[in-house]
Amino acid sequence: MSHPLPTPGQTIGPFYGQALPYDGDDELVPAGRADAIRLHGDVLDGDGTPIPDAMVEIWQADAAGRVPQAGGSIHRDGWTFTGFGRCSTDATGHYSFSTVLPGATDDGKAPFFAVTVFARGLLDKLLTRIYLPGHEANAADALLSSLPAEEAATLVAVTDAQGLRFDIRLQGERETVFLTHG
Amino acid sequence: MSQDTQEQISAEIAAIAVQAGPDERQPRVDYAPYRSSVLRHPTKDPRHVDPETIERWAPCFSHRDVHPLEADLTIGAHAGINSQVSGEPIGERITVTGRVLDGDGRPVAGQLVEVWQANAAGRYVHKNEQHPAPLDPNFTGVGRCLTDADGGYHFTTIKPGPYPWGNHRNAWRPAHIHFSLFGNQFTERLITQMYFPGDPLFALDPIYQAITDQRARDALLASYDHDMTVPNHSMGYRWDIVLSGRDRTWTEPEEADR
Ligand SMILES: [Fe+2]
Repeated sequence: MSHPLPTPGQTIGPFYGQALPYDGDDELVPAGRADAIRLHGDVLDGDGTPIPDAMVEIWQADAAGRVPQAGGSIHRDGWTFTGFGRCSTDATGHYSFSTVLPGATDDGKAPFFAVTVFARGLLDKLLTRIYLPGHEANAADALLSSLPAEEAATLVAVTDAQGLRFDIRLQGERETVFLTHG
Repeated sequence: MSQDTQEQISAEIAAIAVQAGPDERQPRVDYAPYRSSVLRHPTKDPRHVDPETIERWAPCFSHRDVHPLEADLTIGAHAGINSQVSGEPIGERITVTGRVLDGDGRPVAGQLVEVWQANAAGRYVHKNEQHPAPLDPNFTGVGRCLTDADGGYHFTTIKPGPYPWGNHRNAWRPAHIHFSLFGNQFTERLITQMYFPGDPLFALDPIYQAITDQRARDALLASYDHDMTVPNHSMGYRWDIVLSGRDRTWTEPEEADR
């Protein structure tokens, strides 16, 4: 079988706001539900300036580590966990999701949120992961353990009062580690 | 707005083009002729890692999420969503049809495709839009569909106009439709732009030229397809999309690799 040539990416540009955001896009579970956590942070450029026209997407297992395969991420029914969320940064470059902590999909594996980042000025998507702070499986994780400590730290969220904080630095000091998959 | 001239931007584009490698399948994220990219690209190469379970699955969308009429941007398609849209938009009515395939050439079935675009005058419905071209009360420029079992998608819309932007003095984007795509795996997520053949702005546009390989750029061009043209109704364009979660540096695979 021959492999077709992949279609290149292009920037999301400044005008996606009519098309991609939708009501409830950032609420994988209703905010305030007993098991809900907040996953939030800033998207920052190389000067540390917040980026107000970025879009972050997350894709995750449910709390028991099951991979969701139900539709309904765009028109949520309030009960079905679909595992997908989308959040455009606000005027201060902040994104925020209401979700649950992902469980381990496989025994002994470190759970994480899979993440894509888009922005005006960013010519192609970026992929990364958000790991859970202090999780016992992090030490054995193939990615985290392959990185110098200061780079691995860019992939682990920090606990705060409402849940988890994770800043995404596109460039510069403490630049987030972004991923490619072969 | 920057006062760099087109000549200056074009010279920078040309200088990068001569030292570009032949197999660069993706845009350079570090591409200074696109001024907004300067502080918004990682300086380190992406870290190679084998995908884990969650990354080998993709979000699932269903007919609960997408109404079939959302694939027609010309009929007050958003009737349920945007009730003020009632008449026909101004412009050249077109259809855009194609297939979404994964990196192994398999169809991406039942998956979400989202599009957005300027109207025929080159104007977006967006609060930050500053181009003094007319809004079209009958055109929101936004659509969605789910691919069929064969990976096929189909939109009816109008041909977008080129529009000016602030990258440099007299900067204009070639006419394009923005596409957002999901694959069979999360790692295949793609946002890109579809262009129309023969646009005179291609050589001048730093976003398009950030893809330094002509063959890769050509993969963003729709082709005019007279068989898709509907008599007395619409011009037909065809554009296929190949998603790949593989490395940025794309190499011709050995036949035995599969
Ligand atoms: Fe655009």
